[in-house]
Amino acid sequence: MTWVNAIVQGILLGGLYALFATGLSLAFGVMRFVNLAHGDLAILAAFITLSFSTTLDINPLAALVVVLPGAFVFGYLLQRLVFDRVVGVDPAFQIVATFGLGVVIQNLLDERYTADTQGLDVGALETSGIKVNDQISVGWLPLITLLCAIAVLAGLALFMRHTKTGRAFRATSDDAAAARLMGVDVRRIFSVSMALAIATVALAGVLFGTRSSFDPTIGPARLIYAFEAVIIGGLGSLWGTLAGGIILGVAQGVGRQVDPQWGELAGHAVFLLVLAVRPTGLFGKGLLR
Amino acid sequence: MADRILELSGVDIRYGLFQAVFGVDLSVERGEAVAIIGANGAGKSTLLNAIAGLVPVHQGSITYQGQPLDGVPAHKRVGMGIALVPEGRRIFASLTVEENLLIGAHSGRPGPWDVGKVLDTFPLLQRLMKRQTAGLSGGERQALAIGRGLMSNPDLILLDEVSLGLAPIVVKQVYEAIPAIRSQGTTVLVVEQDVNQALAVADRFSCLLEGRVSLSGDTTNVDHARITEAYFGLTAAHGGPGSDTGSGEGAA
Repeated sequence: MTWVNAIVQGILLGGLYALFATGLSLAFGVMRFVNLAHGDLAILAAFITLSFSTTLDINPLAALVVVLPGAFVFGYLLQRLVFDRVVGVDPAFQIVATFGLGVVIQNLLDERYTADTQGLDVGALETSGIKVNDQISVGWLPLITLLCAIAVLAGLALFMRHTKTGRAFRATSDDAAAARLMGVDVRRIFSVSMALAIATVALAGVLFGTRSSFDPTIGPARLIYAFEAVIIGGLGSLWGTLAGGIILGVAQGVGRQVDPQWGELAGHAVFLLVLAVRPTGLFGKGLLR
Repeated sequence: MADRILELSGVDIRYGLFQAVFGVDLSVERGEAVAIIGANGAGKSTLLNAIAGLVPVHQGSITYQGQPLDGVPAHKRVGMGIALVPEGRRIFASLTVEENLLIGAHSGRPGPWDVGKVLDTFPLLQRLMKRQTAGLSGGERQALAIGRGLMSNPDLILLDEVSLGLAPIVVKQVYEAIPAIRSQGTTVLVVEQDVNQALAVADRFSCLLEGRVSLSGDTTNVDHARITEAYFGLTAAHGGPGSDTGSGEGAA
């Protein structure tokens, strides 16, 4: 039964990884863009939420009402003003620009909040959950996180599949120049996808902050799990990202059950195994595959 | 000219240090069909891409319905009534056949063309509507690409290398749609390597050689020897490869 519990907890943790990875997957799927500051932006959102909740004395999850739309607008402007300059050119420029942004964010956070570890206090929700039996209990926060991940990915998939704008997203992902010939404003598509990417990673950062402590330098460590989830699932595939996150979470959970020190190692091992056996990931490419 | 739909004057196009098009002049009247012919690499597709806004014009100007197109982004040109059916079809692989048609109407430009009318013109698409595009034949892909272009209700449609890679019988089928397109008042500018096909469908032609207009004129009473010369840059008597006949030896 402890094994079942390890798998259940792994699935729940996978929801968080998937949420971290959604934005990476979206930006890569739509515009072949890799944002190395992705993890730092999540931590930035966690710190901003911390400020909101302490100064206004509100629950961090309530602060999301302001933080998520703010992240959306920030993402839109970030693409328009900065990232657009490095899309479609040598990938080296993307690496330098986004890595540089990550360094800037880490230093600004360090300046403003110091290097102390922080946490987001959501009160009783943090420790309560559903007790299934003696061995298995499901915490509310991990469950909410997994449901958020599923809701975000399902929402995105429905948007991509059934709306006119979603169709333009898919066309841009296939062939941006041909999409322009259809009258699609590709720059706007790029900006909206980055806006969605930053909003989802802000959500991930805040949910992460409610269950783990964080400090200004922890972003890149989160980025690795997000990358692994994206690559296990298949670059740019939204549903693959959910599967990738869950596979990673379960691998870590089971590994930790074998030996408490093996958790992360097992996750990396599964990632390398997938990379060796199926380098394109489990679900291949394409936003909806 | 009140009914001149497109005018290129002295157009130079460069890719970095490489110059692909040199001082090209071209005018197209409303309702006409004009063909740009020329060998592989003559700059034909580059010229169409510049009209559609995918490639910037280095020098000279492109005027569409009396309006200069400098700085107008490609997606806005679609809304102004310019549609390019690109070389290689560029069908969207993750969209169904129907969705490929629908995205052609993304600009929302009103006009006679809709899904029903496209299917009337290309009946072979009818039974494919819900399909993914991966299994389509070359002819089906080309019909879909043209139909997709028509969905934007263009005043000017640019057709790039329609016949490339298609069996002759399929080329004939695809070209049979041109009269239906013209009957809606749409102006047609085609780029073709297949000279006979181009001359059959167009009222006038311009031949490009190494980025310059080497010959232009009406498609009635064409002198095939002169076209061969303009096309390959060979002099009739003792031509050789790479013989440089010089620039724009004259518009007819």
